[in-house]
Amino acid sequence: MENRINQLFKEKPNNILSVYFTAGFPQLNETEEIIVELEKSGADLIEIGIPFSDPVADGPTIQKSSDKALKNGMSIKLLFEQLKDIRQKVKLPLVLMGYFNNVLQYGVEDFCRKANEIGIDGIILPDLPLEVYENEYRPFFEQNNLRNIFLITPQTSEARIRKIDDLSNGFIYMVSSSSTTGAKSNVTEQQEAYFKRIQEMNLKNPRLVGFGISNNTTFVNSCRYSHGAIVGSAFIKALSEEGSISQNVKKFIDLIHSSEENN
Amino acid sequence: MSYHVDQNGYYGRFGGAFIPEMMYPNVDGLRNRYLEIIESEEFRKEYTDLLRDYVGRPSPLYYSNRLSEQYGAQIYLKREDLNHTGSHKINNTVGQILLAKRLGKKRIIAETGAGQHGVATATVCAREGLQCIVYMGALDVSRQAPNVEKMKMLGAEVRPVYSGNQTLKDATNEAIRDWINNPEDTHYIIGSVVGPHPYPDMVARFQAVISEEMRQQLKEKTGSELPNAVIACVGGGSNAAGAFYHFLDDEEVKLIAVEAAGKGVDTDESAATTALGKTGVLHGSKSLLMQTEDGQVIEPYSISAGLDYPGIGPMHANLYETGRAKFMSVTDEETLEAAYNLTEKEGIIPALESAHALAALEKLKFGPDEVVVVNISGRGDKDMETYLKHFRAKQ
Ligand SMILES: Cc1ncc(COP(=O)(O)O)c(C=O)c1O
Repeated sequence: MENRINQLFKEKPNNILSVYFTAGFPQLNETEEIIVELEKSGADLIEIGIPFSDPVADGPTIQKSSDKALKNGMSIKLLFEQLKDIRQKVKLPLVLMGYFNNVLQYGVEDFCRKANEIGIDGIILPDLPLEVYENEYRPFFEQNNLRNIFLITPQTSEARIRKIDDLSNGFIYMVSSSSTTGAKSNVTEQQEAYFKRIQEMNLKNPRLVGFGISNNTTFVNSCRYSHGAIVGSAFIKALSEEGSISQNVKKFIDLIHSSEENN
Repeated sequence: MSYHVDQNGYYGRFGGAFIPEMMYPNVDGLRNRYLEIIESEEFRKEYTDLLRDYVGRPSPLYYSNRLSEQYGAQIYLKREDLNHTGSHKINNTVGQILLAKRLGKKRIIAETGAGQHGVATATVCAREGLQCIVYMGALDVSRQAPNVEKMKMLGAEVRPVYSGNQTLKDATNEAIRDWINNPEDTHYIIGSVVGPHPYPDMVARFQAVISEEMRQQLKEKTGSELPNAVIACVGGGSNAAGAFYHFLDDEEVKLIAVEAAGKGVDTDESAATTALGKTGVLHGSKSLLMQTEDGQVIEPYSISAGLDYPGIGPMHANLYETGRAKFMSVTDEETLEAAYNLTEKEGIIPALESAHALAALEKLKFGPDEVVVVNISGRGDKDMETYLKHFRAKQ
């Protein structure tokens, strides 16, 4: 079966909305419901975060959600258990995102096998370096039809971007500015220059912009130079608000999609 | 067998650079340039001159009559406590600030537990006129108050960290985040032999001056460059790395690394990584790490803020696994006893961290002619409040 990430980019080459949330947050057993509601509300791709005690690439919002999720009792084992029937409920590409230590403890090979069994399409491990992936773990990902997704930043050299493009077969996660995760309110000129520079490199892989996307303006601006954008912290904040999961998810996705409601 | 770092930044199966892409340019820049810079003649000269005239090196190797008598061996104390700012940490910060200058960095960040590394960093930044920001767990801010005041007087900004256990591990996370958010003008001065390659190797090289001096001093005092044993405490492991460095390949020298057992390795208040840890990845390197079955990092505990870290450097993980160094741990209680003992017998108040190394003497057996060097990594001024509290409780 074709990988759903590849399928998505074939069918919808722009304005892709990818949404990140931390598994086990706000409540332990809401993972499946959040995924289902995201699909219903019009998200295109979902990144399910595996909480870690020491998430150095994350800003305060995701840190706090990870903390809460761990206190709630989330773990990779439990997450796999919660997702075991997910493919009977949703069609969207699903990506797992986490830190390498948790995956290492689970066992990288077992992790990949299990992810594939469930119907996961891709993995993002920000602290698993390119070189280690290439030398030690690539076969586990490939045998299990999993796309390993790499990050690039404004500081990543052209040669390294080319290498990442060569090694990738899903999409490239374009970190909007060198920063930890967290909502920002606008896209700067400097960022636009970077987006343009990358666009002109004509990479073989599509690109999604992430970190700092929080509303319709930042979403639209990011999509101008890429295939879409990823929202994380802003969505976590939306989930923390009063209201049911389905209300909060719908309200948030509408906000991203519609310029009217944008503040 | 080599106990040194290999081309790719590994010590056996430990080490590497497990970092998010956001840190890659900085870490890679460092990796590409650190050896060429620190081995250049111009750098060596500036570094050695500063160690001599500013830090006060060589630090003495002091023969302790009374400990020798007490333990029935020839016991020497390497006096890193006499360094400017009160510990071995200054050896590394002097080196890294000179490096940062050559890398064109204008802003310095650091993490600190006991505050000794923070003070050492603030000190060298003051000397160079560079902006300095020190991350420190909020708990450590309160238990190491004198050092916080010193850092402020030296012009550093101390940022308390409220996440996790509010100790060294959390301060390190926050410093890493700062570096990610400031990828261009900032150098991160890591205070121990932890972090992504090249940090463990770089910091070990800066601390290696300790064992380099030991060899010369032992030769003068005993006729042989080689002791029978070297004992040092291990938090992340920088003072131990420095004390072991020039003896690594002399297999007849016993290397003894002392970890903080806290309230005991069978309680859940401990920081004894080799006893309690498993292979894991934290703060950019693969090493031994205290963690749950799911790979969540376990909050360590020690009476000593400088040893309160859930991992050890990759070099030490390899020394442990290969058996080149013997790892042991001592409790808070044993540490306090050892600190009072040294104070009473020699008039030297050691740092709580260093007192761990001393406490190991109680548990080891040496022959009367055996030469044993204990690394006194720092002085106890910063720990007076803890000492007094326990001293009063005893009376
Ligand atoms: C006096 C002293 N000794 C030892 C340590 C532990 O560090 P390391 O294990 O890197 O030597 C510290 C850390 O703050 C310290 O202040």
